[in-house]
Amino acid sequence: MYRDGSDYFAPPVPQSNTEDGAEAMRSNPTRRTFIAQTVAGGLTLAALEALGPEAALAQLRPPLDADVPQTDDLAALEQTMQLSLMVNGEARALEIDTRVTLLDLLRERLHLTGTKKGCDHGQCGACTVFVNDTRINSCLSLAVMHEGDDIMTIEGLGSPEQLHPMQAAFIKHDGFQCGYCTPGQICSAVAVLHEIDAGIPSHVTVDLSAKPQRSAIEMRERMSGNICRCGAYSNIAEAMAEVAARSA
Amino acid sequence: MKPFSYQRATSSADAAAAVANTPGAKFIAGGTNLLDLMKLQIETPVHLVDVQDLPLDRIEDTADGGLRIGALVTNTTLASHPRVRREYAVLSRAIMAGASGQLRNKATTAGNLLQRTRCPYFYDTAMPCNKRMPGTGCAAIAGYSRQLAVVGSSEACIATYPGDMAVALRVLDATVETMRPSGSARLLPIADFHRLPGTTPHIETNLAVGELVTSVTLPKPIGGTHVYHKVRDRASYAFALISVAAVMQPDGTGRVAIGGIAPKPWRVEAAEREMRRGSKAVAQRLLAGARPTKDNAFKLPLVERTLAGVIADAAGDA
Repeated sequence: MYRDGSDYFAPPVPQSNTEDGAEAMRSNPTRRTFIAQTVAGGLTLAALEALGPEAALAQLRPPLDADVPQTDDLAALEQTMQLSLMVNGEARALEIDTRVTLLDLLRERLHLTGTKKGCDHGQCGACTVFVNDTRINSCLSLAVMHEGDDIMTIEGLGSPEQLHPMQAAFIKHDGFQCGYCTPGQICSAVAVLHEIDAGIPSHVTVDLSAKPQRSAIEMRERMSGNICRCGAYSNIAEAMAEVAARSA
Repeated sequence: MKPFSYQRATSSADAAAAVANTPGAKFIAGGTNLLDLMKLQIETPVHLVDVQDLPLDRIEDTADGGLRIGALVTNTTLASHPRVRREYAVLSRAIMAGASGQLRNKATTAGNLLQRTRCPYFYDTAMPCNKRMPGTGCAAIAGYSRQLAVVGSSEACIATYPGDMAVALRVLDATVETMRPSGSARLLPIADFHRLPGTTPHIETNLAVGELVTSVTLPKPIGGTHVYHKVRDRASYAFALISVAAVMQPDGTGRVAIGGIAPKPWRVEAAEREMRRGSKAVAQRLLAGARPTKDNAFKLPLVERTLAGVIADAAGDA
């Protein structure tokens, strides 16, 4: 029993002539008439067939709550802004909702799906990209905060025809299994070598007054923000070691 | 995320006034903690004031030999600064013990001070939490409390302050400088920055609405051996079960602050007077009045033993 005394199990009470409604839809179904009639009479199989598979699927989405703002109100709530930035060397300008993260901008708006969404909370590193030459988690950054910034994703780092040395080393050393975390791993791996060379210390740097080295332990510690569920860590470390030895 | 409007502030005074004059507005800088919480609708600001363009990204020497750190200086930049590495190494060590490379590249000094708790019940919007929803109760006290506070907590809340950087700032006697919405500056000793929960665990700092952190100042260096020892469930990229920030002097005296055990970086100056009598005496004063749960009582001996190791290592180095 609901708190208003109604029964969970009672069938919906028809409030209009559903046969007339079904007839109207068969002859000329529109989204508007469909919603009006199915809300009144409940969704029928005949009604779904009348619409064809795609439209029918669209109508099967969960109904919106009455107190959630509907279409026109939603547009009013949506706060959009103009954004211009560089992505992989190309100037991009577009209008976006303030809530769009840099990750969703890259994947959903610019269709650069190399950058992956893993946890979406800054815990896994799958979304790692470069912003003004520095690696960050693109899931924890709003796109509107990147006006004028220079973004580089895995697509900008190398291409199948012209692999970045780190990409080639990951292939050679089998630095992945399913591959989902790999773009983030490779972006981080490239950044880690830059960060060591720039003299940025880490948790395992013994002497803070000395320049950190491209050692295995330094590289492993600095990769701890990139999680690999397949456990390809030792191969990733080997790929990094090869690139580190070659370009040092 | 709930819809919000967004502006980029052009001065500290404008930023402070914008947040003070817009109910439900918040500052955003690095965003690494705020966006996480916004996605979970634990934070639901209606307006964001982005402070990234403010000229608060510099580290400068002060006239009395100290260091002023701009609020927007990233964790990476701060930990890498030559004077921090040489003269305030406990701060460099603490920062590098926290988060990941990607997060430290984005996280700012002020944002890190304002980092909110990682209590699992604060994060779970299906559970009661006096910090998230004042008056709903605390699910942690009788719940899973292994990570949570053993001292400084209250009947309303046993959440910990989760960060590392602030624990080092506490041992270094840092001062936080702010800009109030009126446009006037204010200085807050780090000891008075974070509040204990009492009956109002949702109020975590002594900042007024719209008050913007502009810098953190370190007094002139005090020498000594600087140590930050963090004990956690894995070797990297995990929050502290407990952490010890210490600056030990060759004569066996020293300062110590503990992270991961309280709602704020935990330092008891009176306990430091016991330093030459050893870790047990210090820990006893430091943890006086502790009220652990069954799950987190292990933190009390862990503080003492970690402190013993820190004191022994410092003596070995000196």
